[in-house]
Order: sequence, then structure tokens, then C-alpha cells
Amino acid sequence: MLTDQDRIFTNIYGMADRSLKGAQSRGAWDGTADIIGKGRDWIINEVKASGLRGRGGAGFPTGLKWSFMPKESDGRPSYLVVNADESEPGTCKDREIMRHDPHLFIEGCLIASFAMNANTCYIYIRGEYIREREAMQIAIDEAYDAGLLGKNACGSGWDMDIYLHHGAGAYICGEETALLESLEGRKGMPRLKPPFPANTGLYGAPTTVNNVESIAVVPTILRRGGAWFAGFGRENNAGTKLFAISGHVENPCVVEEAMSIPLQELLEKHCGGVRGGWKNLKTVIPGGSSVRCLPHTICDEAIMDFDWLRGQGSGLGTAAVIVMDQSTDVIKAIWRLSKFYKHESCGQCTPCREGTGWMMRVMDRLVTGDAEVEEIDMLLDVTKQVEGHTICALGDAAAWPIQGLIQHYRDEIEDRIKHKRTGRVSAVAAE
Amino acid sequence: MLRRLHKNQPDSFAFTEANLAWAEKQIAKYPEGRAASAIIPLLWRAQEQEGWLSRPAIETVCEMLGLANIRGMEVATFYFMFQLHPVGDIAHIQVCGTTSCMICGAEDLMAVCKQKIAANAHERSPDGKLSWEEVECLGACSNAPMAQIGKDYYEDLTAESFAQIIDELYAGKVPVPGSRNGRFASEPKSGLTSLTEHGENRQAANMSVTLATEKGDSIARITEG
Repeated sequence: MLTDQDRIFTNIYGMADRSLKGAQSRGAWDGTADIIGKGRDWIINEVKASGLRGRGGAGFPTGLKWSFMPKESDGRPSYLVVNADESEPGTCKDREIMRHDPHLFIEGCLIASFAMNANTCYIYIRGEYIREREAMQIAIDEAYDAGLLGKNACGSGWDMDIYLHHGAGAYICGEETALLESLEGRKGMPRLKPPFPANTGLYGAPTTVNNVESIAVVPTILRRGGAWFAGFGRENNAGTKLFAISGHVENPCVVEEAMSIPLQELLEKHCGGVRGGWKNLKTVIPGGSSVRCLPHTICDEAIMDFDWLRGQGSGLGTAAVIVMDQSTDVIKAIWRLSKFYKHESCGQCTPCREGTGWMMRVMDRLVTGDAEVEEIDMLLDVTKQVEGHTICALGDAAAWPIQGLIQHYRDEIEDRIKHKRTGRVSAVAAE
Repeated sequence: MLRRLHKNQPDSFAFTEANLAWAEKQIAKYPEGRAASAIIPLLWRAQEQEGWLSRPAIETVCEMLGLANIRGMEVATFYFMFQLHPVGDIAHIQVCGTTSCMICGAEDLMAVCKQKIAANAHERSPDGKLSWEEVECLGACSNAPMAQIGKDYYEDLTAESFAQIIDELYAGKVPVPGSRNGRFASEPKSGLTSLTEHGENRQAANMSVTLATEKGDSIARITEG
């Protein structure tokens, strides 16, 4: 069980003093210049040793990502771009960091920028987070006034500027290359890779794009040591993690817990359990809308980390846990995600542009039962044709929830179609 | 999704002096020759000034940034926060309808909008004061269901509390944003299960609510820097 002493985000609900002074009293900005003084290689090695995997969804090792940046400049500047375009349905953790614990994040930006030889950092915040943007700007201004940013930031000898930039309501801009396109002033349409951003990113210069949480945990990791962070969670799934729980639990919340916590423990310890008791659970989407749902039988033993959930064909994603109880129309719940992906497809790749609409229209009929049973397999076939055939992962993300639905709830879909036809449901064994 | 400009366009657009000065500061955030990067912030400020985004506003921003008009059109039609049609004079209400909010009652909130504002999204109420739409996930899922009004999030809503918010807006008031079920932010509503020492001597309100009440600009048009 994670104790408050081992929590990185010590003001995630914003109940304590949110100012620079308050953050410093909780340990932020402590010894930052000394950390930078230990040099780039030490920082990157320590982050590698911590086992930190990116918190934005893909779970790529953060230290390794940083090591892809060029050690010496070829005349081009390097950039750190932070992805604060939190838009994955179910996910609401970066918002809490930005409005309530912004100084850990800003300190992380400085350290990460130094480690990647970048003097400039852009933070791309989703447009709807207007107060969060204001809160971040207040914190950044405080840091500048205290000499923690700018020329010779923190007395470290490193010059560092942070600029806030915002989007205007496009989910796709959470994809790193679409984010860069948007930051350059265009439509957020993902770029083909390679070249990868570490080689050719923002304005054609080497760039690393990291999630807010990945950056914000770094100062504490470096202060307490990579081994401390690696001590939480199962092997290859290190650390503490912000979980955002929504849906049918008694007390939905955002909470920091140790990685690899069992799902049931997470929900019962912090959320008062599933509405109506654990037996009333129907399904859980464990990592934001883009991963496959888990039926009740798997939820019983589910462990919340990257590798365990991947082993079930699902994923930890952003650790946004959407809980649905037995009263939920799960077909409709997944249909709503299909509608979301249709709405958010940028339109660049044909399989996604056309496929998301096609999938949603079949899902429309599955919700009402106005379909043929054969259409279930046809739909599954279409998801396979979209998956893996697009520039970015939005096509995959649109396909996976439907695949999960068909895999685990095919009976329910078939029953609804039959019921529509005959007015009867298939025989159910007496329980 | 097909998004077109409104059929009735104003003759001209000009930033207020304060907003013009603000725009210059935005452009300075980006390297020499990269002024195009400022297009979203500038278009957004134009919308904050006027309430919606007109063709003259888009063209003015393009001229300021040295861009062809089509570049502004592309951006304005791509990003959903840009309102290309006039919205309610007082406020445009955006109800989150994606799965977490849907399973917690977002459809009830939209029924309230249909009853109290207009039968269809993007339509203005008969008196022109309010308009509404369903939007995709606004990123406050632990506080579902919720809606954004102006700059602020109204969270943990019920049909009743939401109807009351709309009534207050019609009456010319600005309801305090934040949770409607007594929560401070996104902590468990039954009490803290972590960071328990913050149970006492807490701040008056969370950061979003604090900023909203200090500034009092939840639904205000922005004409000052």
C-alpha cells in the first residue's frame, strides 16, 4: 500500500498552498541546480534506472526516448514539447497536475530540457483547459520571478524558456506529430515517421514530445533515486501512477497509487467500490477509450500495469479506468466511443476517415438491434482493415474498443438482434 | 466533418487595442519567421472578443501573420472549438457527451438543454441569450457528468442542478463553477483516502474555481489584455 510519504503529487487536489512557496515547502525545486550539475548522462541514466515508462498511453521508456536526442547540436536548436492535450476519454489526471501541482511539472521541464540540450520548451495544453492554462501561466511567472527559469535558470548555468501554447479542441493533436503540426500553425494531421521527431520535429529541429505526468515525476525520481521509483510495481512496470477512475463507482476520483495495484483493490480502497457491490460490475475499460474492455471474469484478477493488461489484449493506456455496472448498455457505451472516433478522425487516411464512420453506422444498428447477425463478423472484419493501415494510431484506437466488445459481449449483441426479430431473448440457464 | 462559415458575415473585424497588444506578445513566443504558430491563439482571441469566428476575423488574423487566407480557413474549420456560427449572447453551453459522462447521466443534461434552450444543438434560444452543443470528452471524467460554460467547468451535475445553472444564466447571474455535489476537486466524495493531512486548513476552493471567482470573467467577452 502506497503511503503519503511515497506520493509524488502531494497537492493533487489543490487543498494545500498552490503557490511556489507552498510547492517548495513540499519539496519542489529543492536542489534543482545540483541535479543539473550532475550532468546530462547522469540524469538520463537515472531516469532509465527508474524504469519510468511514458505516462501518455504508449508506455515507451522515457529515459530511452531522451537518449535519442542528438548529443551535439548541428546548428539547429533542440526542443522539448510537452503534450498537455489530455483528451483521451476517461483521462483527467494531467489537469490536476497543471492546476494544483504545477511546480513539479515546471521543474521537470527544466531538468528534461537540460538533459536533451534544449533551451526552449513548449507546453501544448488543450484549448478547453482555460483555467488550467491560467494556473500554469501564474506558476511559470512565479518561477521566472524567482530566477528558477530564464537565463541561468536556478543558478544552474542553463538558459531555459517555457512557453504555453494551446489547441482548440482536436483530439488528434494528442498524437505527437499532429501536435507538432498544430504547434506550427496548421491542421493537426499526423506526419509520416520516419523521420522521427528526435531527428526532425518542431520547425524541423530535434524534438522530444513527452506527457505531462512523465515530466512531472522526474524531479522527485532524481531527488529520491531511480531505485526508489523502481521499487514500486512489478518488474518493467515501475513506479507510482495517477489513476483516474470514472463511471459507476461510489466515489470516482483521481488518485496516485503504486503501479501493479490489483483493480479490485484500487476501486475498493479509493472509490468505495463498484456501485451495488463487486458482483454488480459488468465491464471495465482500464486505460482510456482506446483499449479493449475487460469483462467481469477478468476484472476479478486484473492487475493495473502495462504488461498484465497487454497480456489480456487490453492496455494500461493513460490509466483512465472507466467502470460500468450491470445497468449499463455496454453496446451503447462502446457505440459512443465509435461516435467519438468518427468525430475526431482528422480525415487524412482513407481507412480511418471512411472506416470510423462505417463502424459507427453499424454500431448504430447493433445498439437498436436492427442488424443481421452476420454484420457482427463483417464489422469485426472492417475493424481489422482499419487497424494498422493508417499513419497514426487513431485507426487502431477506433478498432480496438469494438473488437473488445465483440470478443466479450457477442452473445449480448446477438440476443439484441434476435429480440428485435422475434420479441424473445435466447434461453438463459436459471441462475 | 464538414464545417462551413456562416451565411451572414459582418463587414469587418478589428482587434481591440488591448487584444492587438496581447496578440503581439503571443507572436513573440515563437522563433523568427514562425509567426504562423500563433494562429490558434489569435483566432481564439478573436472569438473571445466577438463570441464567434467570422470570415473577416479569420482574414484579419491571416494578414497579421503573413498567411494566405486559405491557411486560416483550414485551421478555423478543422478545430471544433472555433464557433463558425453566432452563439448565445450570454453563453454557449458545451455538454460533454462521451462515454464516462454518458453513463453518468449526460443525456439527461442534454434533455435539459433541449427543453430550456433549443431543440437542436447550435440553435439559439428564442431570446438569443443561450445556445448549446454536445462536445467530446472535456477531460474531467472523475467529475462526470459535466459541462463547460464560457471558461469554466461545472461538474458532478444532475438534471436539477444543471437546470438551475441555466436559469441563473438567463437571469443574468454567473453561477460559481466547480463541483455540484460538494466535492473540492477530484477527490473521493466520501472523504480523502490519500493526502489525508489536507483534510484540515484547506484552501477556500480549488484552483479553477478560485480563478473564476477572482476574475469574474467566466462568460465575459475579452476586450482587455
